[in-house]
Amino acid sequence: MAEIPANDYLIGPRVKSAMSRDDIIMRAGVVLFIGFLAVAVALPLWSLLSKSFENRGEFVGLANYIRYFSTPALFASVWNSFYVAVITTAIVLPLAFVYAYALTRSDMRWKGLFQALALIPILAPSLLPAISLIYLFGNQGFLKTWIPGGTIYGPIGITIAQVFYCFPHALMILVTALSMADSRLYEAADALGASKRRIFFTVTLPGAKYGLFSAAFVIFTLVITDFGIAKVIGGRFNVLATDIYKQVIGQQNFEMGAVVGMVLLVPAVLAFFADRIVQRRQVALLSARAVPLIPKPEPKRDWALFAFCTVVGGLIFGILAVAAWGSLISFWPYNLSLTLKNYEFNNFDTNGWGAYGNSVQMAAWTAVIGTSIIFVGAYLLEKTRGFALGRGLAQFIAMLPLAVPGLVIGLGYIFFFNARGNPLGFLYATIGILVLNSIAHFYTVSHLTATTALKQLDTEFEAVSASLKVPLLRTFWKVTVPVCLPAILDISIYMFVNAMTTVSAVIFLYSTDTKLASVAVVNMEESGFTAAAAAMAMMIVFTSAGVKIAHVLLTRGLDKRTQAWRRR
Amino acid sequence: MTNTTTGPGSAAPYLKIEHLSKLFGSFAALKDVSLTIYPGEFVCFLGPSGCGKTTLLRAIAGLDVQTTGKIEQGGRDISRLPPSERDFGIVFQSYALFPNLNVTDNVGYGLTSRGMKRADITARVKELLDLVGLPDSGAKYPAQLSGGQQQRVALARALATSPGLLLLDEPLSALDARVRVRLRHEIRSVQRRLGLTTVMVTHDQEEALTMADRIVVMNHGVIEQVGSPSEIYRLPATPFVADFVGTMNFLDGLLAGPGRVSFAGLDLTVPTDGLAANSNVRLCIRPEDVAVRNLDASTPNLLPVEIRALDFLGSFCRATLKPTAGKGSEIVADFSINLMRDLNLEVGKRLSIALPADRLRVFAAA
Repeated sequence: MAEIPANDYLIGPRVKSAMSRDDIIMRAGVVLFIGFLAVAVALPLWSLLSKSFENRGEFVGLANYIRYFSTPALFASVWNSFYVAVITTAIVLPLAFVYAYALTRSDMRWKGLFQALALIPILAPSLLPAISLIYLFGNQGFLKTWIPGGTIYGPIGITIAQVFYCFPHALMILVTALSMADSRLYEAADALGASKRRIFFTVTLPGAKYGLFSAAFVIFTLVITDFGIAKVIGGRFNVLATDIYKQVIGQQNFEMGAVVGMVLLVPAVLAFFADRIVQRRQVALLSARAVPLIPKPEPKRDWALFAFCTVVGGLIFGILAVAAWGSLISFWPYNLSLTLKNYEFNNFDTNGWGAYGNSVQMAAWTAVIGTSIIFVGAYLLEKTRGFALGRGLAQFIAMLPLAVPGLVIGLGYIFFFNARGNPLGFLYATIGILVLNSIAHFYTVSHLTATTALKQLDTEFEAVSASLKVPLLRTFWKVTVPVCLPAILDISIYMFVNAMTTVSAVIFLYSTDTKLASVAVVNMEESGFTAAAAAMAMMIVFTSAGVKIAHVLLTRGLDKRTQAWRRR
Repeated sequence: MTNTTTGPGSAAPYLKIEHLSKLFGSFAALKDVSLTIYPGEFVCFLGPSGCGKTTLLRAIAGLDVQTTGKIEQGGRDISRLPPSERDFGIVFQSYALFPNLNVTDNVGYGLTSRGMKRADITARVKELLDLVGLPDSGAKYPAQLSGGQQQRVALARALATSPGLLLLDEPLSALDARVRVRLRHEIRSVQRRLGLTTVMVTHDQEEALTMADRIVVMNHGVIEQVGSPSEIYRLPATPFVADFVGTMNFLDGLLAGPGRVSFAGLDLTVPTDGLAANSNVRLCIRPEDVAVRNLDASTPNLLPVEIRALDFLGSFCRATLKPTAGKGSEIVADFSINLMRDLNLEVGKRLSIALPADRLRVFAAA
């Protein structure tokens, strides 16, 4: 802050506002919230960081890091991860761009269907495309000969599976970027006689530039940090994510696991900050006076894009269909008769259907508890008067999880909650730690959703409440929550689906009683029960899809009843 | 700064603001502001954006507490109190109506939490909706109302708890010109009927002139002048007030002696208390105060001019006049259509005008 200039108008002592009951409650809330964020995010990450400098509890400085970088077998994974991530990004980005272009800028048919189709992989664990690829091109696959080099296990398999897994994430960003278009720019370009090609390169592409950067960073980070795909289809091709798992679970070398975790953190954090810098440069492309672009029919282009979307959408659907079909096959590839016996999970895994039950339970708790904490937390940060230091600290920690891979945060949880003397140690090996971990892992996106929704409210609601002597808590319940209900539902669905499909964060944290469906997929696949693994993965898809459909219906019903005020 | 302590009647002041200053970082939004407001007064804070008028209102409400200084309301020192412990009702430019509650629930919002009986609340809400002229809109949601109707609901909500002070933060700025004019009268009549002390912030001088008992003109965080609308208009205390309120000619002259200013080669008789001899001064006169009729050679401050331009503005013409002698700057004068016809005025015509001494204000040149 700039120094206060010498002046003669400050007369008398500084006035310090007394706190109202609401102020005290809100500040206490912020303090509690910081406490929660510390336990859920900051302290586990700190444990991980300090562990990487220790050996059997003693501080050893950079010794672990030196050993890591001087062991070629370990260090090679950095290159491998990077290689796969770059190739995947290079493939997904153009595909998703054209697909998004078709959805937003053409007059193609069935846009809604294509959009829904492309988003399916979000409802599935990342393992699912990998399992499908094994069915098609694995050692028993009937298209095995199509693969150059003869084996799908390795970088080829990882890359193909990652392409499917990352596609919808990139697509969503690019659709948003491309929907923001000012038709006046196109009319001006047209009037100036620019060719279509020139318009594309001088108007369309620059407009979507930031979306493209953002999508690239997201794909890169997803690939670098994903565990499931590399685990299932990576073969002997080591990447950072599987290295952590091997160090921690395989060799019980926690310190080296922590080092790999820190290494894994680097690209994710770099991508995070690069994205922030790029986004900061973005100026509002759409002024208030912009005229939205409505694509005109142009048969040649529309049909070409339709063909493209059919191929890409068909492949995405095909991958899902292969897993679904595989889960119903008696004995691949010898007996192709259909059966439901692969869904009798008790025959393949000690937890059987219990793992599925655990997952649903865990996802439900994550949705309910997570949404409550996230929304209340965002409210506290937005509406507390003063207390800038506390609010700033909480805001910072709430942004962290976006840059932290699930595996890293999961590993941090082991170190923190398992540490001797931690009074929260009782959470270890319970469903509670899985819920807490999932909330932390998916915190930031939901926090931003909640903050955006809250920022859209009139900032004077609280001032009006205060003038009417109405406690803030009452206004929160009577006004803030009802008005933000759509956002609250979005957050809870996001939390549920992610908790249902995640593997990476929870792989370190489940116990024999709390094994999750996604972990069971990994375990069964490892034991050779590919069909059962596919069946469990399909159960996850069905559940996520069911919840998502219920959400759409519920939102519609809710709109009719409680959001009547939105209609004129 | 003038007149900060005098007000209507001899009643005890209701709101006393003493040496108020407010810093945002290193920016001073208010600099040593003192002001007294009496019970039942309608006071307007008028000034350009960034002048500190809203900051002063928010300090009174406790929404942005002042850095230094004291505020007393009804004899009680409220300087440190949070908004919820002060006694005021507030209406914002954005209305800030709760979108998910209907009109009845919005107006009754402050009543339900004070343990009032349901029947009493219903009666009170009905009374308020009658007061603001919306007796049948109780079941509607804010989005179903026009801007003017929403602002009336906001007013009813602010009045529901019978506060001792009503604060209006640019309540009419978001409305159409016609609705604005009608609401001015309605707000004023409600305020008179309730005898409610009211502070309104506005940047619209016309609004302030038509509504206020007293106007507080602010600029750069200080009060330039406090006075009744006609005082502010007729006797601006500073060049800023003269310029900001209404249209004003600023003519550069030289103070020739006591009561005499030379302008355009003429000696004009003007009131010049307190100004140093032989200093540069600015003469101020409103366009409508320039006299044209009934002049003869003995009329003081007579000035021959030529008409340079005429802008037709409906009920009158705005004329740009250039003194024919000397190097005096152009003068803007408003001529009624009648006058135009009677004297056959047109561009290029020469005539004599007079600058009446009692309508001239003189300020030291900047």
